[in-house]
Amino acid sequence: MSKKRWVQGLVLVVLVALGVFAYQTRQVSHAGESITAVGSTALQPLVEAAGEQYTSEHLGTFINVQGGGTGTGLSQIQEGAVQIGDSDLFAAEQKGIRAAELVDHRVAVVGITPIINKRVGIKNLSTHQLIQVFTGQVTNWKQIGGADLPIVLINRAQGSGTRATFEQFGLMKHRSKTAQEQDSSGMVRSIVATTPGAISYVAFSYVDKTVQDVSLNHVAPTEDNVITNKWPIWSYEHLYTKGQPTGLTKAFIAYVQSPAIQKTLVRQLGYLSPDQMLVERNAAGHITKTGGA
Amino acid sequence: MKSTQQLERQLKRRSKAAKLEIWGRMVSLTALLLIVAVVVGIIGFVASKGIATFTSNHVNLWDFLSGKNWNPGITDAHGKPEVGALPMIVGSFLITILSALVATPFAIGTAVFMNEISPNKGAKILQPVTELLVGIPSVVYGFIGLSVVVPTTRALFGGSGFGILSGTCVLFVMILPTVTSMSADALRAVPRYYREASLALGATQWQTIYKVVLRAATPGLMTAVVFGMARAFGEALAVQMVIGNAALMPNSLVSPSSTLTSVLTTGIGNTVMGSLQNNALWSLALVLLLMSLVFNLIIRLIGRKGRLQ
Repeated sequence: MSKKRWVQGLVLVVLVALGVFAYQTRQVSHAGESITAVGSTALQPLVEAAGEQYTSEHLGTFINVQGGGTGTGLSQIQEGAVQIGDSDLFAAEQKGIRAAELVDHRVAVVGITPIINKRVGIKNLSTHQLIQVFTGQVTNWKQIGGADLPIVLINRAQGSGTRATFEQFGLMKHRSKTAQEQDSSGMVRSIVATTPGAISYVAFSYVDKTVQDVSLNHVAPTEDNVITNKWPIWSYEHLYTKGQPTGLTKAFIAYVQSPAIQKTLVRQLGYLSPDQMLVERNAAGHITKTGGA
Repeated sequence: MKSTQQLERQLKRRSKAAKLEIWGRMVSLTALLLIVAVVVGIIGFVASKGIATFTSNHVNLWDFLSGKNWNPGITDAHGKPEVGALPMIVGSFLITILSALVATPFAIGTAVFMNEISPNKGAKILQPVTELLVGIPSVVYGFIGLSVVVPTTRALFGGSGFGILSGTCVLFVMILPTVTSMSADALRAVPRYYREASLALGATQWQTIYKVVLRAATPGLMTAVVFGMARAFGEALAVQMVIGNAALMPNSLVSPSSTLTSVLTTGIGNTVMGSLQNNALWSLALVLLLMSLVFNLIIRLIGRKGRLQ
């Protein structure tokens, strides 16, 4: 009997403790000192690193960063479920998003390059050849001057920001043939590295020695070429807010856009800063020249 | 007078045991209701989301089930969105049936060895080994598949190595322990006197096994296989890593294809709640859920049939 009492008492204590804990954390999250950013996995490392720096400099604040993908980020911010939505795309480019309600804060620029398996032996492609490869008009690398290997296309998932950018500016709005799809850039790189004849596309920061990056019309995929738009396959990384940001959200976005972060963290993590760009692009893909910083 | 009243009250009052009885009933009933609510909630949610493709986006159900093009973001020449789920449905079924076909002989063989031929060694070695296999997380299976099975398939059969064959190899190992341990249970449930009678009639051990024990255990063995199939059908991560995720009709076992689960896991983060792309994925989830229900029904039916014999 006493043992039973003891167990009942323990259960009660645990329940009460959990209740108190839940109540306490609820209090904290309503105190306005915590915000959540959700979305693009391409932007996640930057927001996470910036969030950590910010919270260590401003004690008592908490910035919660989650992945989930561009679509999740935009839909969550549209519903007002989070304070910041991370996106690789302009909100206007994503279907089902009322872009007018959202405010765009550009925090980085990402260059995207085609990568191919090293055994193919190709280092340069023309835009026309790239389109032929991805639309299936050529199926063997020897047709365009490479080794005698069948072409293996590897795409990112439909709706991925990297894929949308690549199809718009790399394939000139041609749609890639249905092919393998992978949901992360790291996976894409390891598959291209190990599969003979494979081709895909990743952000510059994912390129390493295991894969061959490809020049396009004899323009190399370098940051200098992205700045001048000579390398056309790049996109902004956006932090979206619903309406104008306030409080911690506003402070944090200003912090990410400040030179302190733009000149250090952004470049260390393999992104470019929007301040470096000598051109500006709008949601429709139209390019205008700017002076740059 | 007073003492009789007291006695009456004492007798009419609920005893401690009766109170405990009610308390116990309440607790278990609450647990049951909670679980039922969760199950009904999940089914209701998936169904309401999945049906939206057909009600609010006006996609023809038949087009959805028989179409071969999966590009929910794009409309075809007639202005209808391309949401043909047939490649994924075929992929899921092919991979499930193939892995069950490969796993069943191995599983039943192992179970027979464990139960009939060498129960001692079986209990000492095979039982722990199969239990260990159950505990391995599916991402580990997927990773091994990606770094071992896929290159091997590529070297042996050409292509990119991603496809139904690699998926089957990975799922075979994943469902093997489930099917094995359930088969072993089924064999264990065969009464001892069946074996004794068979041996007394002069049958050898092997004759006893395949003429008596396996026959008697058939419903249980079938349940084991269907359970394995249900697990294979619902497995997402490991399959997604080795199948290639191309929404194409599989034209060979080594061409990249996709399953319902692999399209769901790759796609769900890139779509916006409430959009057609998102609803179409929910429809796939609904198909998946309905198929799991069908597998459960089959298990029930087999169980009922087994009991009658």
